[in-house]
Amino acid sequence: MGIELIYPDFEVIRNENRCISCRVCERQCANEVHSYDAERNRMLADESRCVDCQRCVALCPTRALKIVRSDCRLRENANWQEDTIKEVYKQADSGGVLLSSMGNPKPMPVYWDKILINASQVTNPSIDPLREPMETRTFLGKKPGQIEKDENGEILCKLEPQLELSMPVMFSAMSYGSISYNAHKSLATAAKELGIYYNTGEGGLHEDFYHYGKNTIVQVASGRFGVYKEYLEIGAAVEIKMGQGAKPGIGGHLPGAKIVGDVSRTRMIPEGSDAISPAPHHDIYSIEDLRQLVYSLKEATEYKKPIIVKVAAVHNIAAIASGIARSGADIIAIDGFRGGTGAAPTRIRDHVGIPIELALASVDKRLRDEGSRNRVSLVVGGSIRSSADVVKAIALGADACYIATAALLALGCHLCRTCQTGKCNWGIATQRPELVKRLNPEIGCERLINLMNAWRHEIKELMGGMGINSIEALRGNRLMLRGIGLTDKELEILGISHAGE
Amino acid sequence: MIIDAKNLDYQALNQKIRQADANVVITGCCGQRFIAAGMKNRHITIDGIPGNALGAYLDGATIEVRSNAQDAVGDTMNDGKIVIHGNIGDAAGYAMRGGKIYIKGDAGYRAGIHMKEYQDKIPVMIIGGSAGSFLGEYQAGGIIVVLGLCEKKRRIVANFPCTGMHGGKLYLRDSAAEIVFPRNVCVQTATSADMKFIQDEIIEFCSVFGYNVSSVLNARFSVITPDSKNPYKQMYVAN
Repeated sequence: MGIELIYPDFEVIRNENRCISCRVCERQCANEVHSYDAERNRMLADESRCVDCQRCVALCPTRALKIVRSDCRLRENANWQEDTIKEVYKQADSGGVLLSSMGNPKPMPVYWDKILINASQVTNPSIDPLREPMETRTFLGKKPGQIEKDENGEILCKLEPQLELSMPVMFSAMSYGSISYNAHKSLATAAKELGIYYNTGEGGLHEDFYHYGKNTIVQVASGRFGVYKEYLEIGAAVEIKMGQGAKPGIGGHLPGAKIVGDVSRTRMIPEGSDAISPAPHHDIYSIEDLRQLVYSLKEATEYKKPIIVKVAAVHNIAAIASGIARSGADIIAIDGFRGGTGAAPTRIRDHVGIPIELALASVDKRLRDEGSRNRVSLVVGGSIRSSADVVKAIALGADACYIATAALLALGCHLCRTCQTGKCNWGIATQRPELVKRLNPEIGCERLINLMNAWRHEIKELMGGMGINSIEALRGNRLMLRGIGLTDKELEILGISHAGE
Repeated sequence: MIIDAKNLDYQALNQKIRQADANVVITGCCGQRFIAAGMKNRHITIDGIPGNALGAYLDGATIEVRSNAQDAVGDTMNDGKIVIHGNIGDAAGYAMRGGKIYIKGDAGYRAGIHMKEYQDKIPVMIIGGSAGSFLGEYQAGGIIVVLGLCEKKRRIVANFPCTGMHGGKLYLRDSAAEIVFPRNVCVQTATSADMKFIQDEIIEFCSVFGYNVSSVLNARFSVITPDSKNPYKQMYVAN
């Protein structure tokens, strides 16, 4: 100890008057915070292991527990904040690269919270979704640039392949391996029930979930794990992952210790073998090379499925998206810098990339200016937290949104940001059977359906308030948005006026 | 069935191959990409030069090219066999998981990147000539063999082979003395057990291209494997 001690961040407060020493907390905590002292018939706690996941708090039958932030703090310093100092300690101690989970927690601007939505008053009446039909259905894929007719004057209805969504939200990529079987099952069954899609991530597709194929987006990334003909055929669409908002520019490394059993089978690599996804695709150095991968996938799937290209929101994203649109991709997915992850180097997660709001606005504008907006659909994520974020994203120009953190919250995630340990007490970011079974996939599915139905209702109400009765009419309708407390430059990039204008 | 590829784009050509019977001969091939993407149960012979991504996601079909081939041959190949009676371009066998690629001549840059293996699937790539830089980067499984049989104009492997190698084996018909390898691999002279492991493959390779087996095998081979004591990993600390 001494120089190596980093005082625990949290304190476990146990109300001894309420505690009945039932040892539920002990059994529930995979981090082994709680223990039982038989001699004194008392529960003990080692708070240095606590990650504040709130599992023990939630399961304590007498509500005897709470976890609070420790008030044993270092001396306040606006420049050297406590987290920064502790990071130095950790690195001085270990020589390691800092590794974190979930999205960027730094107090960076959240533009969604600085954008306000319009409502109709007097002249353009609002619509009541309870008495009038509202269309939340949308289609993703290339749209024809012009109407074509055959020699008899009949309109040719041959469309490029489309994804039909009952509402403009999908569950974004999380691999089997980073999250559990039960978490995947919850997402797959909910996507099917809801008429939307979930995404396999780069971990392959478990054979048990093949029959959810019509609601599955399969991913192809630089490691090509689990990618083979049948996998491509089962999915409703194929997503090429070029980048991820939480860690733009770097690859992934799932240690061999986590490649066991089903995870090994699904990724199609031997047990115990490291799963390294290289940072770049080593066959993609240009838009032309990307086009080659897009069309190789189209050939392999006989042009029956839309191809999505997913990139992280970074500088010059408009030019990048313009290139992707030319590569033949049907859908561009852009992931903002607040997007989540199962593990990413802290410095990359917190300092690389740009906010999705700005990226979306500039991409939509560029594609419109170039006349290619209808040739691709735009899907945005990282991070979409509510139906209001969805509505704002659509009005800024998105066709649909990807959500992942919000979906995991619905499954019980308490955002303790320690996914990388594989000891998720809520049964989500873990492969330990005794933890995985804590997440009941039927309940998980139901909670996801509840969340999406609630959002769908809210989206309808927000649209109705604006006097808009279909998602398609909201898309890119930036007149419905106003900024609050934003600079001229921010407003210019977002393409919206300031509140009061 | 013979398909004249002249004036056919890749989409039309692949459509014809899908509709054809099991034996297909393509004549006049001139740069059409993605030939046989994802196909199984086909034997395809190609006259002329196929374009990039020949046999991508190949799932059991066999392809024989009577001349050179271009980039990304056998990308993410799962099963089957590709025989090239000439040289190939860059990034051959990217992430291939199964099947075989035999190349009579030289391979370009980045051959066998991220080759892997799984259960009974152990992919094999044999390069008769020499290989360009970045051979077998991130190799996670399977076998890559470079024989250096063509006229010795250059080193058997150019620069930076095996970076990030964490599985599989690379064989070089060479002492490998002039080649700089990364820290995370072991370079050893192939033992008789190592040679036995690839003997059947070499025999098949020689019979396909008409080489004398004993003169090919009667040479010093080096074998490169990942060094498990010094694995490719980053030191992390939870934050």
